[in-house]
Amino acid sequence: MDYKTVLTTCAYCGCGCGLYLEVLDGQAIGTIPSKTNPINEGKLCVKGWNIHEFVQHPKRLTKPLMRKNGALVETSWDEALDYTVSRLKEIKEAHGSDSIGFFASAKVTNEENYIIMKFARAAVGTNNVDHCARL
Amino acid sequence: MVGLAAAFGSGAMTNSIAEIEDADCIFVIGSNTTSSHPLVATRIFRAIAKGAKLVVADPRKIQLALKADTHVRHNLGTDVALLNGMMHVILKNNWHDQQFVEERCEGFEEFKQLIDNYPPEKVAEITGVSADDIAKIAEYYAKAEAASIIYCMGITQHTTGVDNVKSLANLAMLTGNMGKESTGVNPLRGQNNVQGACDMGGLPNVYSGYQAVNVIDNQTKFESAWNAKLSDQIGLTIPFMLSGLSEGTLKALYVVGENPMVSDPDIGHVEKAIKNTEFLVVQDIFLTPTAELAHVVLPGTSFAEKDGTFTNTERRVQLLRKAIEPVGESKPDWEIIQEISNRFGYEMNYESAEDIMKEISTLTPSYGGITYERLQGDGLAWPCPDKEHPGTKFLHKDKFARGLGLFHAIDYQPPAEVVDDEYPFWLSTGRVHVHYHTGTMTRVSPTLHAEIPEGKLEMHPEDGERLGVRQGEKVKVASRRGEIIAKVILTDRVDVGVVFMPFHFVETCANVLTNPAHDPIAKIPEFKVCAVKVEKAA
Ligand code: SF4
Repeated sequence: MDYKTVLTTCAYCGCGCGLYLEVLDGQAIGTIPSKTNPINEGKLCVKGWNIHEFVQHPKRLTKPLMRKNGALVETSWDEALDYTVSRLKEIKEAHGSDSIGFFASAKVTNEENYIIMKFARAAVGTNNVDHCARL
Repeated sequence: MVGLAAAFGSGAMTNSIAEIEDADCIFVIGSNTTSSHPLVATRIFRAIAKGAKLVVADPRKIQLALKADTHVRHNLGTDVALLNGMMHVILKNNWHDQQFVEERCEGFEEFKQLIDNYPPEKVAEITGVSADDIAKIAEYYAKAEAASIIYCMGITQHTTGVDNVKSLANLAMLTGNMGKESTGVNPLRGQNNVQGACDMGGLPNVYSGYQAVNVIDNQTKFESAWNAKLSDQIGLTIPFMLSGLSEGTLKALYVVGENPMVSDPDIGHVEKAIKNTEFLVVQDIFLTPTAELAHVVLPGTSFAEKDGTFTNTERRVQLLRKAIEPVGESKPDWEIIQEISNRFGYEMNYESAEDIMKEISTLTPSYGGITYERLQGDGLAWPCPDKEHPGTKFLHKDKFARGLGLFHAIDYQPPAEVVDDEYPFWLSTGRVHVHYHTGTMTRVSPTLHAEIPEGKLEMHPEDGERLGVRQGEKVKVASRRGEIIAKVILTDRVDVGVVFMPFHFVETCANVLTNPAHDPIAKIPEFKVCAVKVEKAA
C-alpha cells in the first residue's frame, strides 16, 4: 500500500483554500484542510471536503473523441490533433484569423490560460479570446 | 472589473480576505457569501464576534441577513439608486472624508451635484427601502473607522453592472475607505481562477497583466518575445463570438473547460450559435452538453493531475501540485495546446508548468517576482514586481493605480426587462452552497449531489397560495425566451412577487429563461433580473 498526502489548492471557488489530497495506491481518496494556509486556517467548506470525489469519477473522459458519421467516437491523440490542426488551418486560410475564436477558462491554471491566449494570438493571429469571468 | 478599473485603475479585490475580520463595518451587497464563498463568510462571522456592524443589501433573505444589524431588501436592479441615496445622506450629514476626497480623488463636483437628486424619500420609492433604513445603513458604513464593501454577481450581472460597481467605488472614496487595512471594495470572483484567467490575458483586449493589445509598445514587446506578428485589433467578447457564430462570420470555436450550453443566458440562442459552428473543439474533463455538440473532444486533466498555479479572489497566486497520474489518456491542458501549436507550425517547447511561469514573469510586470520557489508556503499576492518584493496585501495605499481616484456621476436606470401583466414575477438566479458553476464537477460527486440533487424554484408562500401550488409541487416557469418545469420551494427567503432559481442544473436550466441583454461596457449578461410567469404544471 502506498499512501501519501499532497498539498494543493481547492479548485471549487475563488477563496483558494489550501488542502491535502490523500492518495492511496494512485487513487484520490480524501481531503484534509491545510492548517497553515492563510485563507482557510484548517477549515474547508462542504465542497472542499468532497473535492476528491469527482477526480477519478467513471464519467471522466479518457480518450479523445471525434465526430464520425454524426456520432462522437473514441480515437487516437494523433488523429484528433492532426484533424483539429488541419481544420483550423483550412478555416484560417479561407476566412482569415478572426474567423476563429477561443474560450479560455476560469477553471484551468494560470499557465494554461497563458498558453491558450498565446496560441490564439501568436499562432492563429486573433485577439478573439475571452472566458466566463463575466458569468 | 471594468467599473473598478475606471475608478481606481485596477479591477481586482482591493484588500485581502484575512483583513475582513478586523473591519468595523462590513457592507455586503449582491453576494450570498455563505453559499458562494464560505471561507470569506467565516471572516465576516469573526468580525461580528469582534463587534463589527454587518449591513446586508439583498433582495433575498440570505443566510448572512439573519446575522445582519440591518438587512435591506431593495427591489431587483435598484442598486444604483440605493447607493446614491446612502451617499446623499452621508454628504448631507458631513460624514464624508473631505481630506481624502480633496487629496486623492477627482470628479467630485459633478458627482456631488448628481447625488443632490437622490434624497432618501425619493430613493425609498424606487428601491422599496424606507428612508430610515437608508439613513441607518449610511450611518453604519460612514461612521465606521474601517469599513469594507463585499460584492459578487448580484452586483455585476445586470445591464447596469458597471454603473453598480462605479457607485460602490464612489461610496468607498467618499468615506476614505480605500488604501487602508480592512477597507476597500472587494469583488468576490465566482469560479476559482477567474482572477488568474483575467491576469493571464484570457480577454479580447489585453495580454497578460492587463497590457492593452492596441498599444504599440505592448504589441512590439510581445511580438519580439513571441517571435510572431500580432494583431492590434481588439477581439470579440463571448456574446459577440456567439452572435458571430449564428451569423456565420465566426467559423471555428475552441473551448477549454467552459460549458456555455448551461452557463450562458438564453440557452436557445447559444444552442443555435454552437450548432451553427463549422468546427467546434471542446477540451474538458467530462462530456458536457457543449462537448456533446463538438466535432473534436480532447480530454484534459483535473486539478489533481497537474502542476500549476491558481490566483484566488484576493490576488494570491498559489501552487497546485500533481497528486495522481492523469486519468486514462487525458493530458494537462497546456500540453494539449502545446502539441496543437507545434503541429500548427508555431513552435512551443515548455517542459513543465514552471517553465511557462518563467516566461509569464518576464512579460508580466505584476507577476515579475513570482517564481515556483517563492510560492512554496503561503503564495504571493500581486502586484509582485521583482524577486525581493513581498507581494501586496491591499492596493492603492498612497495613491491609486490610475493616480487619482475618479468619481463617476451615475444616474439610476431601470432593468432592461420589467414585470408586466403577462410576466408578473421577477426571476433572479444564483448559486447554491454545494454546487459549482454548471455542475460538471459537483454533480458527479455523490456527497454533493445527495445534498441538493435538483434545481427548484423558490417562491414566497403567499404567491404559492395565490397560484394554488403547495410545497414540492411542479410549476411551469416561462419568460419571453423559453419555459421550464421545476418543483417549488415555498420560503420567505424571497419577497412576494420574486422567484429565485439556481443555475447549476441542466435539466431545469434557469438560463433558458434569462435575458441576454448585457451591460454595454462589461458585456455581462443580465442573469439577475428578468420577468417570468409561473403557473401550476398540469
Ligand atoms: S474549500 Fe470551499 S471555500 Fe475553500 S476554496 Fe474550496 S470551495 Fe471555496
